[in-house]
Amino acid sequence: MASELSVGSQVRALMRREFRVAMRQRSDLMNPILFLLVVVTLFPLGVGPEPATLARIAPGVIWVSALLSALLGLERLFRDDFSDGALEQMLLMPMAVEWAVLAKIIMHWLLTAVPLLILAPLLALLLNLPKEAWGTLWLSLLLGTPVLSSVGAIGVALTVSLNKGGALLSLLLLPLLIPLLIFATAAVETAATGLSPAGPLALMAAITVLALVLSPYAVHAALRVSVN
Amino acid sequence: MTSLLEAKGIRSIRGERTLFNQLDLCVKTGELWQVQGPNGAGKSSFLRIVAGLLPAQAGEVRFRGELIQTIRSQYHSNLLFIGHKAAVKPELTAIENLEYYAAIQGQPLTAAPYELLERVGLVGLEDIPAQRLSAGQQRRIALARLWLSSANLWILDEPFTSLDVSGIAMLHERFSWQLARGGSVLLTSHQPLDNIPVQVNMLNLEYQH
Repeated sequence: MASELSVGSQVRALMRREFRVAMRQRSDLMNPILFLLVVVTLFPLGVGPEPATLARIAPGVIWVSALLSALLGLERLFRDDFSDGALEQMLLMPMAVEWAVLAKIIMHWLLTAVPLLILAPLLALLLNLPKEAWGTLWLSLLLGTPVLSSVGAIGVALTVSLNKGGALLSLLLLPLLIPLLIFATAAVETAATGLSPAGPLALMAAITVLALVLSPYAVHAALRVSVN
Repeated sequence: MTSLLEAKGIRSIRGERTLFNQLDLCVKTGELWQVQGPNGAGKSSFLRIVAGLLPAQAGEVRFRGELIQTIRSQYHSNLLFIGHKAAVKPELTAIENLEYYAAIQGQPLTAAPYELLERVGLVGLEDIPAQRLSAGQQRRIALARLWLSSANLWILDEPFTSLDVSGIAMLHERFSWQLARGGSVLLTSHQPLDNIPVQVNMLNLEYQH
């Protein structure tokens, strides 16, 4: 009889392996964040260095590039696991597979969103975002990036067995992420005009909780179809 | 002897083709079963159905008398499945790969990782990422899980692929150990299991047109 295993120790082992693998593929990890940085630095050159114009477009530019750069690195979530067979083994873990999925989503968030949160003040500075809105920008990224990871995981799980599923992935995910983009930019813009951004931020928090709670089930179901 | 795994009336259809229909298998404790058949006969599909990775179009699989869908986590904690994809992370070393599987199987690798590597013939290669090892050596990393496992049922898809003579002997020896302690093995292989010191039960799949 195999010994009973705690969910915690399995989740820890999975996250440790994810982290190790990611540290050996650092260029894969850096690509999206470099893309984001390049896009944001190119904007002042493209639209002109007028401070008022930049401040006006800053929330939209930062959020759109964050969204696109997230899509760029999303496939890593399950692509390698699918091709080397680790995905099958994940579905055979003795614990509920949803825990494993959640562990992967959290690790993906730590590896992609935390660098973004660290860079956020620099992005705000480059685009001359008013000082009053810096905190809100940061908060909106903190609340919004878990949605990118968890909703993104559903899309990747659905398309991982298709070769070149990249285009389909963007088509599938962008419509789902548009509400997030609208609330996030609305929050930063209201903060820039000196009003309270509590409304849109609360809505974002609700979306985040919903996505984190429900996406593991959807991802699990999608993965079962994909490994067939 | 009690039955450990029982598959009844299994049917699998892939695309337009029926791979097999009304397939039965009963694995008792202490038995080794070899699934045989030509390429495309559905050997891997059958193993994946039995492991619970693939739904069957008809039929049922029971583990100790209970449907595997209803006792999924209990079944999977008693099952070791190694598919034809080895599930070895190419970026990680042999030890790091095994550390993960040891933790997942509830037997931390703290005791003697080098002893295990010596058993499967990987000593001296422990610091090299798996992607720089040969196919046979990567296979050995995956198969080292057999030495970490306390699972009653082993399901192995083509375990002998790319192994050399000593590797095959090493596996035979491990199979005997598993059967002697009351476990069971279900595997596919194209090679006949000659020289194996235990009785081999055969399940033949035919290519259906």
